[in-house]
Amino acid sequence: MLKKLFDSLRPTFTEGKLSAFRSVFDGFETFALVPDTTSKCGVSVHDSIDSKRIMSMVVIALMPALLFGMYNIGYWNAQAAGATDASFLEMFSFGLAVMLPKIIVSYLVGLGIEFIVAQWKHEEIQEGYLVSGMLIPMIVPVGTPLWMLAVAVAFSVIFAKEIFGGTGMNIFNPALVARAFLFFAYPTKMSGDSVWVTKDSFFGLGHQLPDTFTMATPLGQAAAGQPISTDLTSMFTGLMPGSIGETSVIAIMIGAAILLWSGIASWRTMISVFVGGALTAMLFNSVGAADNAVAQLPWYEHLVLGGFCFGAVFMATDPVTSCRTEKGKYIYGFIIGALAIVIRVLNPGYPEGMMLAILFMNMFAPLIDYFFVNSNINRRLARANNK
Amino acid sequence: MNQSYKLKKGLDFQLEGQAAQTLDAVLFRTEVALQPEDFHGVVPRVVVKEGESVLAGTPLFVDKATQRVKFVSPMSGTVTQVERGERRKVLSIRVQPDSKQASKSFEVTGWEKFSAEEMKQLLLESGMFAFLRQRPYDVVACPEDTPKAIFVSAFSKMPLAADFSYVVEGQEEDFKNGLRALSKMAKLYLGISPDQVNTAILPVKEADVRIFDGPNPSGNVGVQINHIDPVNKGEVVWTMAPEEVIFIGRLLRTGKVDFTRRIALAGAEIQEPRYLEVMLGTKVGDIVNGQIKKADHKQRIIDGNPFVGHQTSEGRFLGAHSTELCVLPDGGDVNEAFGWILPRLKQFSTSRSYFSWLQPKKAYNLDCRIKGGERHMIMSAEYERVFPMDIYPSYLIKAIITGDIDRQEALGIYEVAPEDFAVAEFIDSSKLELQRIVREGLDTLRKENA
Repeated sequence: MLKKLFDSLRPTFTEGKLSAFRSVFDGFETFALVPDTTSKCGVSVHDSIDSKRIMSMVVIALMPALLFGMYNIGYWNAQAAGATDASFLEMFSFGLAVMLPKIIVSYLVGLGIEFIVAQWKHEEIQEGYLVSGMLIPMIVPVGTPLWMLAVAVAFSVIFAKEIFGGTGMNIFNPALVARAFLFFAYPTKMSGDSVWVTKDSFFGLGHQLPDTFTMATPLGQAAAGQPISTDLTSMFTGLMPGSIGETSVIAIMIGAAILLWSGIASWRTMISVFVGGALTAMLFNSVGAADNAVAQLPWYEHLVLGGFCFGAVFMATDPVTSCRTEKGKYIYGFIIGALAIVIRVLNPGYPEGMMLAILFMNMFAPLIDYFFVNSNINRRLARANNK
Repeated sequence: MNQSYKLKKGLDFQLEGQAAQTLDAVLFRTEVALQPEDFHGVVPRVVVKEGESVLAGTPLFVDKATQRVKFVSPMSGTVTQVERGERRKVLSIRVQPDSKQASKSFEVTGWEKFSAEEMKQLLLESGMFAFLRQRPYDVVACPEDTPKAIFVSAFSKMPLAADFSYVVEGQEEDFKNGLRALSKMAKLYLGISPDQVNTAILPVKEADVRIFDGPNPSGNVGVQINHIDPVNKGEVVWTMAPEEVIFIGRLLRTGKVDFTRRIALAGAEIQEPRYLEVMLGTKVGDIVNGQIKKADHKQRIIDGNPFVGHQTSEGRFLGAHSTELCVLPDGGDVNEAFGWILPRLKQFSTSRSYFSWLQPKKAYNLDCRIKGGERHMIMSAEYERVFPMDIYPSYLIKAIITGDIDRQEALGIYEVAPEDFAVAEFIDSSKLELQRIVREGLDTLRKENA
């Protein structure tokens, strides 16, 4: 039935007056129906995996963190308003109402640009943005205005991805570029203590809070030398202020399990990030200055606070921007973990270092690969010369 | 004790319609033919005319470059057609077999004492040399070269591939004599699987026998070369398929060519998958006639196995190197909705986002759809998982795509053949045509280096 629908529409899009939307039509057709093109050369049979399936799995893996994030939004809104009797459903639906516009804006702008580029280059629409488009709303503070989100998405899709040639060719993780763009372009809206709790009510849900209301993240408190008001259990479950998707370690670990089990994320990268972070934090614990509160944070708190887990699981493991050699992944992950903690501890300006650590290592991933590929090349050369 | 290698990387996977170990003969032949395309790298010069009578062993064409490599008729009869395609490219030279079947005789007495040059001359004259392939470039060997070694792999782990242990049954002596003949020209290596250790193909003291234990593509001769003695720039090695070594053995025993081979007729669309004794170059229609299941979906005939073979049709001829003929559902008429999210229990995938990991031994009935759109290389180290050679396949592929010849050389293009990338192409989530890319890369490089 679907097939008939697409068959009847196809002429309109291939030669008819809507041919400017041909890529969009192809995109929707391959979304609904598995392409029936058969192999022309090479292997006759193919594995069923394709990039649509891979991207869908990542989006599924993001769901626990997203759903928890929605609940967390409602929880902090209710807490701040003093409404301690708010039901789970109330809090969750408030979070949903806050998040949905962000997700819709992210996909509309991002996929819109993807569709235009695909049509312009006469290519199939690439699925990479399905993941980035879900990641971006999850890694910004909840107070980010929609128009800023739209600008950041447009910037990252165009300048971090499409000018390099699209998904698979980009050097930097597009989702992190979007966040970095917001971070540096609108610093007052992206950090500080006033952006972590939603202050407006949405569609009659939630509570209106005064504009002057502030709430610091645990890392923000630590950076300011204040005592952290969150206990370890809350850090683990995620009931603390923070970017939408990053707070709950449990939800992220469910996602990590899905990614590792399906083999989409590399366990090498993921483990190395945690090892790198833990070792560096321990180092600071033993040698750090006594007046630096962040240096005194125990290593396990470092790992569960801020964007560390989220970055390690969903960002560092991006197959496109991470190292492409298996051995390189250990080094790549380790340095990300180490750098993130170094930035947290030693940098007075930014309480969180994960984003910058990953972007920095995105840049160095090809260099790490270069050494491993070159050792293979040199081995081959040596073999030939020894004859 | 033979040196053995344990390979970890690769993928074993089963397709429905594995050939049962029973043998029938296909005697009905309307036409046999040689297709020069099966001998990659050769520009043919046809030396017969239409209407001319030939014997089994009479050259039909020779290679234009040296004119020493002869490609001989598998049967006696009349040349019916020299089929040409675009730009007069020779597509096939067809022979209608006669009833008496006469063969040209070759002088083979005392071959055990032949020198390397005498043996090479015999193989060139009898058309056996044409079955030798060389690396680099994976093309027909050149008689002017001195190879550093000759490699034969006695097994294949490709899905639906013919089992050489069964094919060689009753012909072990011919196989061993063929190996002895090859060993006169260069150092000879024979790669076997662990379950061939105690079979009658051994012992052969002329060959250095190595045991390869591991999943597909451990039976690929290229993988074995990479582990035994990799090809360096400027070096040449020769390879030969084990079925073709038997041809040499028969020639040495009788003085006549005999290109009968046992092929596997396999695949989910074959009524009774089994082995058939066929003449090289038999018309595909004569082989599959009455063997394919009746179905109202499209079917595809594959000359060779589903990993390295190519699509063919009933009017074409069995490839010169083909050890199996497979028929699979084509899939061009299959509509499957929302493949990106549904469980799709009947589909195979190495990714655990599907459920085929629950049944590692199951035989699958796959059709020929690509099942996705072509993308840039997104996943990292994907090919490396199934590429048991000391090479970075994804970097090599990128170097070929970008046409960077220096980098291709540095990354080891001289060591590979398209078939070594078959498993990687199968599992590739970006659906790149790796074997085509490698083939074109090798061809370009060969032209540049000529």
